[in-house]
Amino acid sequence: MAEDWQAGGFGLYVHWPFCQAKCPYCDFNSHVVAGVDQERWARALVAEIRRYGEQTGPRVLGSVFFGGGTPSLMGPETVAAVLEAVRETWPRANDLEVTLEANPTSVEAGRFRGYRDAGVTRVSLGVQALDDESLRRLGRLHSADEARAAFGIARDVFERVSFDLIYARQDQGVEDWRRELGAALALAVDHLSLYQLTIEEGTAFGARHAAGGLKGLPDEDRAADLWEVTQEMTAAAGMASYEVSNHARPDAVCYHNMVYWRSGDYAAVGPGAHGRLTLDGQRWATVAHRAPGKWMDGVERTGTGEEERTPLSHEDRLTEMLLMGLRLREGVAVERLDRLGWDPAPARELAEAGWLRFEGGRLAATAQAWPVLNAVLRELVPG
Amino acid sequence: MTDLARIRNFSIVAHIDHGKSTLADRLIQLTGTVAERDMKEQLLDAMDIERERGITIKANTVRIEYPAKDGHTYILNLIDTPGHVDFAYEVSRSMQAVEGSLLVVDATQGVEAQTLANVYAAIDADHEIVPVLNKIDLPAAEPDRIREQIEDIIGIDASEACLISAKTGLGIPDVLEAIVTRLPPPHSGDREAPLKAMLVDSKYDPYLGVVVIVRVIDGVLKKGQRIKMMKTGGTYDIDRIGVYRPAMQEVAELGPGEIGYITAQIKQVRDTRVGDTITTEKKGTETPLPGFKPSIPVVFCGLFPVDSSEFEDLRDAIEKLALNDASFSFEMETSAALGFGFRCGFLGLLHLEVIRDRIEREYNIELITTAPSVVYHVHMRSGEMIELHNPADMPDPTIVDHIEEPRIKATILVPDDYLGDVLKLCQDRRGIQLELTYAGTRPLVVYDLPLNEVVFDFYDRLKSVTKGYASFDYQMIGYRQDSLVKMQILVNDEPVDALSMMVHRDRAEMRGRAMCEKLKELIPRHMFKIPIQAAIGGKVIARETLSALRKDVTAKCYGGDATRKRKLLDKQKAGKKKMRQFGKVDIPQEAFISALKMDG
Ligand SMILES: Nc1nc2c(ncn2[C@@H]2O[C@H](COP(=O)(O)OP(=O)(O)OP(=O)(O)O)[C@@H](O)[C@H]2O)c(=O)[nH]1
Ligand SMILES: C[S@@+](CC[C@H](N)C(=O)[O-])C[C@H]1O[C@@H](n2cnc3c(N)ncnc32)[C@H](O)[C@@H]1O
Ligand code: SF4
Ligand SMILES: [Mg+2]
Repeated sequence: MAEDWQAGGFGLYVHWPFCQAKCPYCDFNSHVVAGVDQERWARALVAEIRRYGEQTGPRVLGSVFFGGGTPSLMGPETVAAVLEAVRETWPRANDLEVTLEANPTSVEAGRFRGYRDAGVTRVSLGVQALDDESLRRLGRLHSADEARAAFGIARDVFERVSFDLIYARQDQGVEDWRRELGAALALAVDHLSLYQLTIEEGTAFGARHAAGGLKGLPDEDRAADLWEVTQEMTAAAGMASYEVSNHARPDAVCYHNMVYWRSGDYAAVGPGAHGRLTLDGQRWATVAHRAPGKWMDGVERTGTGEEERTPLSHEDRLTEMLLMGLRLREGVAVERLDRLGWDPAPARELAEAGWLRFEGGRLAATAQAWPVLNAVLRELVPG
Repeated sequence: MTDLARIRNFSIVAHIDHGKSTLADRLIQLTGTVAERDMKEQLLDAMDIERERGITIKANTVRIEYPAKDGHTYILNLIDTPGHVDFAYEVSRSMQAVEGSLLVVDATQGVEAQTLANVYAAIDADHEIVPVLNKIDLPAAEPDRIREQIEDIIGIDASEACLISAKTGLGIPDVLEAIVTRLPPPHSGDREAPLKAMLVDSKYDPYLGVVVIVRVIDGVLKKGQRIKMMKTGGTYDIDRIGVYRPAMQEVAELGPGEIGYITAQIKQVRDTRVGDTITTEKKGTETPLPGFKPSIPVVFCGLFPVDSSEFEDLRDAIEKLALNDASFSFEMETSAALGFGFRCGFLGLLHLEVIRDRIEREYNIELITTAPSVVYHVHMRSGEMIELHNPADMPDPTIVDHIEEPRIKATILVPDDYLGDVLKLCQDRRGIQLELTYAGTRPLVVYDLPLNEVVFDFYDRLKSVTKGYASFDYQMIGYRQDSLVKMQILVNDEPVDALSMMVHRDRAEMRGRAMCEKLKELIPRHMFKIPIQAAIGGKVIARETLSALRKDVTAKCYGGDATRKRKLLDKQKAGKKKMRQFGKVDIPQEAFISALKMDG
């Protein structure tokens, strides 16, 4: 019998935990350091990949994702060394997707060709905003022109290019966003990630917000209006959302991220990386040491960067499958939920009230449910 | 035994914060009652909550010995009293046990509302009064002006008022001399007569059981004696007898004029009645003391545990607190929205806050407090009268003939500049002006006000409209009929009993509107629209609509977020146990708490 994860696929996540500067909104595991010994990091990442390879055995790998932090600070030879190890570890799908997150500065754009030569097929650019004032307020190191230029280079170099925008920013009105999004859609090729700004605890924005600062953030009603405009405009441009914040032409969906949302398996290497692996029928959650030094120490001295490995119960898996899967327009296969022994009663009730839809053997959120998905999940999830 | 002529018993009284407890410190210190190393500020304010808030809540008795200039050593029994109006009852009963008062007046502030109230109480108790002007170390002190003010407003001779700083100790020897020369010794006292002692107070001690504070009038209290409480009829064997210095110190006996404590295997504070007369079981006195008017709770509210599984812990905490506080009452209550809890009665809002704080902190129970209510007299058509402690219990209006509410007489002293604001505030609160005179240069306003309008936030409003320059005191004066109705709050068409309140007909709409607006702010949006209404009987008088939730979705959710999001979801569900049914409204506890703070 096929294992459940196969319905979601198998990917590898590689975390590069360094950045040029810390953005005030960002709660990712990213650190600003003076110099990075690229070779040493390459060796450690490779060692981790081999370790996971031994555990999973041969499986067809569908994607690799270099995330961060800022992976575009990796030397192309570092990326090449990692991908070389990947090729030696797992059989690859013919259309293996290799994404690298890049910051759109000119220095980084200069390395794009090197990444392509190493095997990267797709970049995701952190453009964030299309005007300099907004970029300044977001604490970004690049200008809007620089981002456009980097985007231009990326389009020439890579098969597929995506970029990220952060909206629902301070003082951003619906009309401002319409204009900005219009410009973005005119630029975009095949994929766009549009995130509403989230104020995260433990960040500079978090502290300012808690202290009563950061005026002009949209209230719930404006956030909802901005969301609606986003849905309309992207759909009209042929880039409707396939996930809460992700938009793509039908053939350009990001395979790697789909592995997460479809509850597939993913090995995860690098500081703070989270993985999910099904080994001998049990699904595990893995977490690596968050601090770069500690992780490196673990890998070099004890042969593993992992801090913890937790078995997931059926209930945990159900919760995650709903939590992740209902973010997708396609929803979740009911059959998979059944196999985990779920109680469909709450979902039926919510379907009756118009929040969920059962269709073609799948359970999906309705259009009205998407912007309030967290509330729907609180009603739905078992426990 | 001590010669009556060598005893002085007195209370220290003043407006709140004028320095009573600090003066007590200096008297204790200067007479060497407590070793220097054991001294600390406001030594007598021993309870945590007293120390934290810097106020006195319980009156305290201390015996000190003072070698006077006349060569004799005197026994002084002082009672430090609380200044806050909620505990005025402690002051008046302390006064019954002594013959004189030190009236402390802050020389930077002058005569305030409680100063007046205390003077009247002292005069009622036939006290000699020695005025003491405190805080003269402060540059803002104006002893001459305040002395004049005392003579003008209170009409007592202040030419020989003691000028002191309780903080630095300046002038304290004069106070001690004034106590022996100007306050009278106990008026009478016959050692050979049958025992007659006043039960001044009682408190619960975890090691000793109930400790009774007594003032002996006639006869002698001794260890082993079998005593009888004349009112309650209880009989006990005295097993300990002593005085406070301020630590407990056992003595062989207490004779006429003396103040001290006894223990006698009494189980609960409730078994004693303050003001009762203690005599011997056999050959006791025939003539009891007049007794005190009982203190009765005037403000009621519901206390519910946030976590319903803590109900039994709450019961335990409330019972323990009530052991030591006879003016705090409770009975079980159930509410559809809040589950099981207690309806509790208090002397005022500060008393309520103090008890609530102690439950939360000493017993670690998080509480939901419902809107405070006063006690209404509901007269039924049948002629029966019901004391209504909880608006939720209001009978059907068709069988009610009329309702009476408690009224108070409020005395307010306010600088001229703010007089208009104060009059407006009182008028807005359905007040009837009784007097408007001048106390020296300051207006003195006396109003007849409904207690209901005062318990919520009157004092806060008064402070804010006068920038803290007004002082306020009140006394209950009785019940009066008025046009009162029960206002219900309906959330999603369901009445929420814990939010019901009694209001005056004319003010119902305003309050209803304010309540609906507030709730609209406090209740989080749900997945559906929620009507919030205020209604009287079946008639809706105010309405707001809380829109449905429009936006609540995590923007970014990738592989690294799954664990965190799953745990967050589990936590949110656990916190919502009670209401977790689709279509039900989840009213957060802040909504109940903030009903307390409503201005309207
Ligand atoms: N500068 C100065 N401050 C004083 C003096 N006497 C008391 N205080 C301060 O005034 C404040 C109130 O003093 P308390 O002795 O607690 O007043 P109280 O009258 O017992 O207050 P309640 O029991 O709450 O009514 C404290 O901060 C004291 O330190 C004084 O002579 N000079
Ligand atoms: C791992 S991050 C950053 C990748 C890359 N270092 C960059 O900054 O461009 C991926 C994306 O998450 C989004 N993001 C990060 N923090 C966010 C926040 N607090 N609110 C909304 N979006 C956020 C940004 O759009 C960012 O490009
Ligand atoms: S947003 Fe990107 S560049 Fe900025 S700190 Fe986070 S990971 Fe680094
Ligand atoms: Mg005091």
